[in-house]
Amino acid sequence: MLRTETYTMNFGPQHPATHGVFQVVLTLDGERIVKAEPVCGYLHRGIEKLAESRTYTQVIPYTDRLDYLAAMLQNWGYVLAVEKLMGIEVPERAEYLRVISGELSRLASHVLATGVYALDIGGVTGFLLCFRERERMMDLLEELTGSRMTLSYARIGGVADDVPEGWLDKLDKLMDDMPGYIDEYDGLITGNEIFQARTKHVGKLSPETAIDYSLSGPVLRGSGVNYDLRKAKPYSVYDRFDFEVPLGKNGDCFDRYYCRVCEMRQSVRIIKQAIEQIREIDGPIKAKVPKVLKPPKGDAYAEVESSKGIMGFYIVSDGTNKPYRVHVRRPSFINLGYLDEMCRGWLIADLVAILGSIDIVLGEVDC
Amino acid sequence: MEVTNDKGMPMPSELKRLVHFASLEKVLNVARAHSIWPLGFGLACCAIEALMGTNGPRYDLSRFGYEVMRPTPRQADVMVVAGTITHKSAPFVLRLWEQMAEPKWCIAVGSCAISGGPFVDSYFVVPGARELIPVDVYVPGCPPRPDAVIDGFLKLRAKILDPKVVEL
Amino acid sequence: MEKKLPDVIKDLKEKYPRIEVSEQTITLSAEDLLPVMQELKENYGFNYLSNLTAADYPAEKKGKGDDNEAEDNGEMEVIYNLTSINENCFLTVKTRVSRKEPELPSVFPVWGGANWQEREVYDLFGIVFTGHPNLKRILLTDNFEGYPLRKDYQWVGGRK
Repeated sequence: MLRTETYTMNFGPQHPATHGVFQVVLTLDGERIVKAEPVCGYLHRGIEKLAESRTYTQVIPYTDRLDYLAAMLQNWGYVLAVEKLMGIEVPERAEYLRVISGELSRLASHVLATGVYALDIGGVTGFLLCFRERERMMDLLEELTGSRMTLSYARIGGVADDVPEGWLDKLDKLMDDMPGYIDEYDGLITGNEIFQARTKHVGKLSPETAIDYSLSGPVLRGSGVNYDLRKAKPYSVYDRFDFEVPLGKNGDCFDRYYCRVCEMRQSVRIIKQAIEQIREIDGPIKAKVPKVLKPPKGDAYAEVESSKGIMGFYIVSDGTNKPYRVHVRRPSFINLGYLDEMCRGWLIADLVAILGSIDIVLGEVDC
Repeated sequence: MEVTNDKGMPMPSELKRLVHFASLEKVLNVARAHSIWPLGFGLACCAIEALMGTNGPRYDLSRFGYEVMRPTPRQADVMVVAGTITHKSAPFVLRLWEQMAEPKWCIAVGSCAISGGPFVDSYFVVPGARELIPVDVYVPGCPPRPDAVIDGFLKLRAKILDPKVVEL
Repeated sequence: MEKKLPDVIKDLKEKYPRIEVSEQTITLSAEDLLPVMQELKENYGFNYLSNLTAADYPAEKKGKGDDNEAEDNGEMEVIYNLTSINENCFLTVKTRVSRKEPELPSVFPVWGGANWQEREVYDLFGIVFTGHPNLKRILLTDNFEGYPLRKDYQWVGGRK
């Protein structure tokens, strides 16, 4: 009598398509996935415990290393939580600088996500094109902050430095060039038949499930749920800018990817408006805070809209100059919680497409 | 002008350019040094700069012949440890190293791979790749620029060409 | 339901008089946890669990001679941050468990997003969530001993 059996295969920690050290233990029936169990923790560095033995300002470089592709947004979330705890008000020019560097980080992260997704599906050219733009953005960030990737630009009460001479003009020129480049990616990657055949109708996610499983970011908006923290609960000066929130219709991999491409265009819009508005504003870039920071006893929770989803920081202070407890609400970690059910019934090659569309960063998953 | 070889014997001038005599190891080292295949394996933030940025269009690693990144350790020559090694990933990093065939080398990129970096006090981090495997070249930085990583590759090339002279 | 946050808090205080309330926070005990969470999701529209975490508050040491471990009445606090997507409302719910026998009912039946977050809290603090479908370690190795984020966890770092 013929019978079939399921077998177990390892989609191992060392794999060109897992975006880092991440393992999925697959139970397969032929090539169809019956169960996919994600195993993470290979990059767990204990940041939350280390933060308890560092001062408040010394924790800022650790937050860079969480989502290392869009470092400014992590720094921002952390200092927002500490400022909420201490009741500090940030000067206006510092807010604009945070928005500009934050949106530039978000652009850099989405550009890399687009390129690497094309690489996962199989086309190496997309990856090289996208890195060309990312290098220009990293040049600008290096002029502003001193580092290409791990910025540590935000400080408690403001930002570290003001813009150098001529930086705003260079940024303006890059933002003029960007829509042309995004059209290039649209033509090359989005319009590609093979790319569309591999990502359309794959890994569908309904809006109710997305809300129930606490997914956020382009994963949530790709299913049609209109929830972007910059519009729902505007923090900093986001209510002064005019931009849209792109939404998907079907909740498949293609919609999640296309949300990111559209978000890139909106980020360019925001940066252009911010450049115009910051030229009128003069002032300090950091509020007056004491040299040794000792927040009052209590706790605070603040959220920002990072490029991967909602990034939250929960800080408990006991009155000394070191935090008592820092918890990071990581969007990639929570977005992975639904991977098992999303992959059931698809082929192994579809697992690569689904994992790429969720866009995880291992530094953030494992903390 | 008379052209002589190393031992002082006269020889035709075109032979000096076309014919070389060397030991087998030296010839093989020349071949190995100019085509090092890295293992496609990145742990953390340094992998974005060291592996992806260096292979990118601006800092082009294929100028040197090192862009062929093999996903399987059986076909790779050099293991670029880029990122923090934790206690959970230490067994499989060691396993990948043992699976690579000789001759093999190791480049430790970034301060986490050199000595644990900013996470050295943690309960779950291995302080440096040299606790597990023998390292040939160290590239400091957090993360190091792609230019520094290319410099590391070139130092490895110098080490392969002449293992006795190790440039510090 | 178009209710503002202060009205929601007032309603809940009337229905469950044992809970303590403040401007944006509700503190309750383990028995009230599941009913209140069900009610918040179904009747008040808090359909999004944004954050689930814990913090360790060991008891303070009383004096030099008092080294009796059985007297450890420290607590661990579990914090839930809830969001209502349709009405743009944010609420914090806190509850406490004892350090000797940390046990809480799982809120996985209410929100599926609690799955991995509760596993993380179990992994790092040792709080057992009853009714969780798959409570095992997620970030640390399976044979790891101890719960690192507790305040009395001892370890040797790599700094030489």
